Amino acid sequence: MHITIDPKKLPEPVMQRSAGYWQTVGRRFLQEKVAVAAALVVLVLLVLAIFGPWLAPMDPYQSSMLKRLKPIGFPGHPFGTDELGRDMLTRLIVGTRLSLFIGITPVICAFVIGSFIGITAGYTGGWVNTGMMRTVDVFYAFPSVLLAIALSGTLGAGITNSLISLTIVFIPPIARVAESVTTQIRGRDFVDAARASGAGAFTIVRVHVLGNVLGPVFVYATSLIAVSMILASGLSFLGLGVKPPEPEWGLMLNTLRTAIYTQPWIAALPGAMIFITSIAFNLLADGLRSAMEIKQ
Amino acid sequence: MPLTPFDVGGPAQPMLSVSGLVKHFPLKKDVFGKGGGVVRAVDGVDFKVFKGETLGVVGESGCGKSTTARLLMQLIIQDRGELVFDGQTVGGSALPLKAYRRQTQMVFQDSYASLNPRLTIEDSIAFAPMVHGVPQGEAVARARDLLARVGLAPERFAERYPHELSGGQRQRVNIARALALQSRLIILDEAVSALDKSVEAQVLNLLLDLKEDFGLTYVFISHDLNVVRYMSDRVLVMYLGQVVEIGDSETLFNNPAHPYTQALLSSIPTLDPDRRTEKPPLAGDPPNPINPPAGCRFHPRCVHAQAICSQQMPVLANTAHGQQVACWMHVAGSAHSLAPAHSSGLAPEEVA
Repeated sequence: MHITIDPKKLPEPVMQRSAGYWQTVGRRFLQEKVAVAAALVVLVLLVLAIFGPWLAPMDPYQSSMLKRLKPIGFPGHPFGTDELGRDMLTRLIVGTRLSLFIGITPVICAFVIGSFIGITAGYTGGWVNTGMMRTVDVFYAFPSVLLAIALSGTLGAGITNSLISLTIVFIPPIARVAESVTTQIRGRDFVDAARASGAGAFTIVRVHVLGNVLGPVFVYATSLIAVSMILASGLSFLGLGVKPPEPEWGLMLNTLRTAIYTQPWIAALPGAMIFITSIAFNLLADGLRSAMEIKQ
Repeated sequence: MPLTPFDVGGPAQPMLSVSGLVKHFPLKKDVFGKGGGVVRAVDGVDFKVFKGETLGVVGESGCGKSTTARLLMQLIIQDRGELVFDGQTVGGSALPLKAYRRQTQMVFQDSYASLNPRLTIEDSIAFAPMVHGVPQGEAVARARDLLARVGLAPERFAERYPHELSGGQRQRVNIARALALQSRLIILDEAVSALDKSVEAQVLNLLLDLKEDFGLTYVFISHDLNVVRYMSDRVLVMYLGQVVEIGDSETLFNNPAHPYTQALLSSIPTLDPDRRTEKPPLAGDPPNPINPPAGCRFHPRCVHAQAICSQQMPVLANTAHGQQVACWMHVAGSAHSLAPAHSSGLAPEEVA
C-alpha cells in the first residue's frame, strides 16, 4: 500500500498559549457540582445583602401588636411574624446585609493582618519567627468564643467593637496557616534560586512567596467566614454586638428564643439562615481548595 | 550598572579561589542541654576553579558536596574561610554579594522545586535580569532568546507553567535561567542526576555547547563518576567535608592516588575485562560527620590504614602523576610504611 502525505492536510502545529492558572482553577471549580451550588447560594446571599432593602416586601421595623408571632404561611406574612409582629421574611432579607457584614469584615481584616504577620514571621525565620508566633499562640490558646466574648465585653457593646474583637480572634489562626505555608515555600529551591539571582527579601516575597502563600491562606480564611458568622451572631445574641431593633440574624435568634415553645419554626428561621450561609461558605472554600491544588 | 560581567584578572587568574572554607551546622540541644554537637558538613576546603574549565566534584552522599555548592553560591554563609572571585574577595567592597551573584549562578537538582509553579517559565527566566535593572520587555526578550538557545521553542513554551513541562524540559529552563544574567561561573549541583539517561545525555551535551558558546566555567557536582569524567577537566574528590584528592580528570581516573578515590573508581561497573577488579568495593557507611574520626577521616574504612593515619590528619600534597592528594602514603618520609622515603612520589598501585 502506498501512502502519500499531503502537507496541507496535516494539522496545524499547536501554537497553544497554555491556559493561565486562574483559567485552570475556574475550569476545575466548575466541574464540582457541590461547590458550584454553594457558590450560587453565596451569590444569592450577596444579592440579598446588596439589594435587600429594595427586595423586601415590607418595612422591617413596622411592628403590629395584633399580628405577633403568626405562624409560617400566615396571609400576608409567608414566613410569619416575630414577637413584635414584624414580618419575618422582610427582616430575614434585610438582615442579610448586616449579618454578612459582621461575619465577613473581621475575616477580611484578619486575613490582611494575619497574612502579614505570618509571612513576615515565616520568611524571616529564626528568633523573629519564634517571638512573633509565640505571641500569637497566647491568643490562640483561648477558645475563640470565650476570647470574642471577653474582648467584646472589655471594649463594650456595639458593632465596631464586635468587629474588632472578632478580627483579633481570627488573626492567630490565619497567621499560623500563613506562617506554616511560608516556611514551607521558603525552603523550596526556587526561593534559593531567587536569592542566588541577587533579589532582596522584599522582591522575593512579592514575586515568589505571596502568590504561593495567599491562595491557601485565602481558602482557609473563607472557611472561617462560617465561624465568624456564628460568633458574630453569638455576640449579638449576648447583647454585645448589634443592638435592637436592627434586623440581624443572631440578634433575631436571641429575641425570638422566648417564642421557642409557642412558634418553634419561626424561632428557628434566623438560625437556619446562619446555618445555610456557613455551610455555603464552607463548601465554597472546599471547592476552591481542591480547584487550586497544583498538580505535578 | 553594566549588565555584562567582564573579565578582571586575565585568563591566568583563577575564576574562583576557595580557601579554608568551613561550615558547621549546630545540632539542637535537648531540654537537658545535652547533645548540642555540630555537623562538620564542610571542614576546611581549599581549591581553585580556573577560567574556562569544568571542575567536577564527586563524593558519597553526605560528604558535603551540596553544602559546598550552597557556600559557593553564598546561599549559606561560611563560618570561616574565604571565596575570591577573579581576584576580588566575595562580599568585600570590590565585589559585594549582589555583584557576585551576577557572575555566578546555580542549577539545582530538583527541576520542579527550583521553578516557581505560579510563574510562566519566561517570567521565571526574566526575573533575575529584572532584579538587576533590565526593563521588563528586554528581560522577557532575553528570556525567549535563551529558551530558544536551550532548545525550547519560545512560541510554544514561553508562556507555559512548570508543571506542563517534562523533567528534561524544566531543567533546560533552569539552565536558561542560570544564563540570564550572563554569568561566568555556573554551579551545577547534581543538575542532571534526576533525569533519565537519554535526557541526561542531551542536557549534558547542551551544557557542553553552552560552555563553548558563552565561555562559561562550570563547577559540576555529581555522584555519577562516568558523567563527571565525561564533563570535567579536573576533578575534586570529597570525603566527609574535606578534599581528599584533586587533579586532572584523566590523571585522576587513570591513576587514582587516594585509597578512597581508588575505591570509588572500582565501584564503577565496567564491561572491560582488563578493568574488572577482584577488590571488594568500599564497605560500610561513611562515619558520622558529627563525630568524624581523628586523623585521616577515611582510616576506619581504609585497607592501608596504619598507626599514623588515626593520629594525624594528612594535608594535600603533590604526587608523581601531578594530582594533589591528602594521604600519608604519599607524604615522603611519613610514618606510613608505604610512603616513599623521599619526595620522589611513588605511585600507589606499585605499593598496593
